[in-house]
Amino acid sequence: MAQPLGKKDDDQEDEEYSPFLGIEKGAVLQEARVFNDPQLDARRCSQVITKLLYLLNQGENFTKVEATEVFFSVTKLFQSKDTVLRRMVYLIIKELSPSADEVIIVTSSLMKDMNSKTDMYRANAIRVLCRIIDGTLLTQIERYLKQAIVDKNPVVASAALVSGIHLLQTNPEIVKRWSNEVQEAIQSRAALVQFHALALLHQIRQNDRLAVSKLVASLTKGSVRSPLAQCLLIRYTSQVIRDSSTNIQTGERPLSDYLETCLRHKTDMVTIEAARAITEFSGVTSRELNPAITALQLFLSSSKPVVRFAAVRTLNKVAMTHPLAVTNCNIDMESLISDQNRSIATLAITTLLKTGNESSIDRLMKQISNFMSDIADEFKIVVVEAIRSLCLKFPLKHRSLMNFLSNILREEGGFEYKKAIIDSIVTLIRDIPEAKETGLFHLCEFIEDCEFTYLSTQVLHFLGNEGPKSSEPSKYIRYIYNRVILENATVRAAAVSTLAKFGSMVESLKPRIFVLLRRCLFDSDDEVRDRATLYLNTLEWNGSGGETDKGVKEFLFGALDVPLVNLEASLQNYESSEEPFDISTVTKEVKSQSLTEKKVPGKKPPTLGLSANGPTSPFRAYENLLSSIPEFNNFGQLFKSSAPIELTDAETEYAVNVVKHIYNGHVVFQYNCTNTVPELLLENVTVMVDNFDVEEFEEVASKSLKALPYDSPAQIFVAFKKSDGLLATGKFSNTLNFIYKEVDTTTGEAEEEGIEDQYELEDLEVVPADYMLGVSLLNFKNSWESMGPDFERIDEYGLGVRESLAVAVSAVIDILGMKPCEGTEVVPNNARSHTCLLSGVFLGDVKVLVRLSFGIDGPKQVAMKLAVRSEDAAISDKIHEIVANS
Amino acid sequence: MQESCPSVKNILLLDSEGRRVAVKYYADDWPTHAAKLAFEKSVFTKTQKTNARTEAEITMFDGYIIVYKFVQDLHFFITGGDNENELILATVLQGIFDAVGLILRNNVEKRAALENLDLILLCLDEIVDGGIILETESSVIAGKTASDCMDGMSSLSEQVISLTLAKLYILKYFYRNKYNKYI
Repeated sequence: MAQPLGKKDDDQEDEEYSPFLGIEKGAVLQEARVFNDPQLDARRCSQVITKLLYLLNQGENFTKVEATEVFFSVTKLFQSKDTVLRRMVYLIIKELSPSADEVIIVTSSLMKDMNSKTDMYRANAIRVLCRIIDGTLLTQIERYLKQAIVDKNPVVASAALVSGIHLLQTNPEIVKRWSNEVQEAIQSRAALVQFHALALLHQIRQNDRLAVSKLVASLTKGSVRSPLAQCLLIRYTSQVIRDSSTNIQTGERPLSDYLETCLRHKTDMVTIEAARAITEFSGVTSRELNPAITALQLFLSSSKPVVRFAAVRTLNKVAMTHPLAVTNCNIDMESLISDQNRSIATLAITTLLKTGNESSIDRLMKQISNFMSDIADEFKIVVVEAIRSLCLKFPLKHRSLMNFLSNILREEGGFEYKKAIIDSIVTLIRDIPEAKETGLFHLCEFIEDCEFTYLSTQVLHFLGNEGPKSSEPSKYIRYIYNRVILENATVRAAAVSTLAKFGSMVESLKPRIFVLLRRCLFDSDDEVRDRATLYLNTLEWNGSGGETDKGVKEFLFGALDVPLVNLEASLQNYESSEEPFDISTVTKEVKSQSLTEKKVPGKKPPTLGLSANGPTSPFRAYENLLSSIPEFNNFGQLFKSSAPIELTDAETEYAVNVVKHIYNGHVVFQYNCTNTVPELLLENVTVMVDNFDVEEFEEVASKSLKALPYDSPAQIFVAFKKSDGLLATGKFSNTLNFIYKEVDTTTGEAEEEGIEDQYELEDLEVVPADYMLGVSLLNFKNSWESMGPDFERIDEYGLGVRESLAVAVSAVIDILGMKPCEGTEVVPNNARSHTCLLSGVFLGDVKVLVRLSFGIDGPKQVAMKLAVRSEDAAISDKIHEIVANS
Repeated sequence: MQESCPSVKNILLLDSEGRRVAVKYYADDWPTHAAKLAFEKSVFTKTQKTNARTEAEITMFDGYIIVYKFVQDLHFFITGGDNENELILATVLQGIFDAVGLILRNNVEKRAALENLDLILLCLDEIVDGGIILETESSVIAGKTASDCMDGMSSLSEQVISLTLAKLYILKYFYRNKYNKYI
């Protein structure tokens, strides 16, 4: 259909015709000279402007000089009376975004247009002027803008209001003076003017809660007609509800009636907005939720994909927190699995996975299997993640879910997708002991035919750690050795390491492993041969018992306990010296800037405390770090490390948080300090800890910092000995002492002279929960029965008035620091009673199980029955003591 | 900043091979030209196989919601943030889609769009201003765009009538009458 007009060129035959074919910036800039003609040809000028706009739109870059030149010649076009041309002039001025000194040239022309009789001129001139203007000029035209806001032409009013919204960001104090006019505009009969006026008025008043709630209260009585304005009003309403949620006593939310009426609005846009607002209430009740869910359910069968998408996305979010409320929609949701739009289908599936109960899983999995083959990888990843969390929720279903994962693992897929599946299987193996054997087997099968080296090595590493501990380690050997025969060098080397791990852990397999490793000595790759030789030698020592045996295990299974950055730096230094390299000289502290790098402060990305130690859990990382400090070596095994607690506000000069490490007889505080001021270097940094009158704690050791340069976190340690028994609690005050030196940021040199100073940190408390390690249990009942009632202690407590049962339950869990089992931490809405099961290990490796029964009565009085079983009567009593004291 | 005010991050009008016909970015999410092109490419490839000709379709990726509709060799896209009300974006899409239809007299295809690029750009300019929705009614948008030919006309209804489309119908009607008279 596109017949090349006037283009006879054969080369261009299959090229589509375009009016801009062969357009060139240089030529167009030449053409732009017509703007300077004394006799303006309006039509031609518009064409040239269109060409310029086309170039800008295609991403062509105009140099500063070119842009200025075009801008100046464009300003000449204000002489022309041609309206088409004038519109194009407005457009290109906005696109060129002239600098402040150039703006001066056009302001007078634009101000003239702002007062023109033609509405179109007025509206556009306002928009252009407000886009390019600065504060001083704004005060000059403020009067006209105020008039424009209440202009009887809605286009002009909207232009002024929208410009006001933009200007509020840069010149808030000026725009705030317009609120009377804006208020008047809200009453406008034009839909869009109302919308813009409401948006502007709200932004003017957004910091004044009372004014916002007054505004919302008056408008919800019903004078807002435009759907867009309604949507805005709904957003503001839910904001007011959020802010005023303090009076929960009555259970009634103000203004929620308004949102409910909006659910019945004739425009879908408003209904969705209202439904979303309701579902996002904090602590929404099922009575509030139901009408919204019903409205959304209707949308699920809409003919419009966008409407279905909006509904299913909202329901998906609700399903995360209130899965029961969404189950009503399951039938409609299931039909969406076959939706043409894959985004909708994926959302439907993940929703179903969240709302599904144990009995429906099998059926659901069958439907999903059909669906998986025809969606893109990115959607599949979402599904895989949903299945993983489903499996963690219903561990009993691990068989069918694991099966599903292994099936999709066999199918075609990209790296990210396969990685998501592998990660899921690994998580399931870690968290569900029953799933371990099958899971490991699936992983073995996977590496038989895996095209991704990275994944193969990851799986081999994991097999090496988990396989030897399984009931029948020998069956994995075949899969691992196959890798040595069939794969590339990287995978072969990983397989050799894995074999060695089996050899060291499983005595019975050792002779056979030796045979296999010897074969690897003839491998074509250096690394594989080296590893095989190394492991053969280390394994030969292994078994001779004593120190070396431990050393071998440590070597095979331990993570590299020096940060790679430090190791790299040390190795670089080493090359020039003559002494043999000693890995123990490498600093183990994560002080990413050693002395050699001092000259370039702040260049490295801040390493997050301890994460440099590789993909180990934080606990493992802490363990490694602490064991590298000789002063703490005699403390024994680390029992628990708390999450970091901030001791400073977010925006202070020195950011400090603390981690509490609990040992049997000691407590170590690890202060993670960051210097956030580029101009300062801190030296001799110590933390002075005052344990007030708590005599159970005695300071035994501390480790200070020599230097703390800008933006390189480092740690200070202070260790205490607990003199009295196991459970000592108390409060500590902390002060940071240091010498600060100013740093010249250009050279990175610090001044010679420093000034001593100190900085008060917030207090820190050791609580009973610190001595309790939460441990998840799969089957609480079995453990409870097997523990027996020998050391059972039961008592009842009144907890006083609480907002809800859920609040009371989570408070008690926090006090005890134990892990809830079988999902019992979730309290159903409006429940009058609830039983919560907790499990944990107390300091000294004493297993503790707790059964909490809660009840709530009319005036929100909560009572609790606490039953404890543990391996030690004293600990059972202690648990009661903890609860009684808090 | 303006979290509570519905906003549009960009409007893309691409051809059947994913090349730009006209685009307009309102958010700084894509600071460089290369980032913009990369975004356009991924939007185009992710939606290419879908059928968005009768009803507007929707997709979500990289934390953006994209509603889109195709006609002939033109692909219309509207991008919004993750939390945006999808139906508001769809309304904007419908507005621009219909307005372009009016401007191009229902002959919506790439060549016509390029030939009338000035009108298309004006149309984009009239629908969203700096991310804020300015107007969603297609006839009003098209009216404001095309009103240039009728100087001095001010009221909206007059502007709408001034649409070239309307003029065409009048002309047709006129000629038919004339023709009938001769018979």
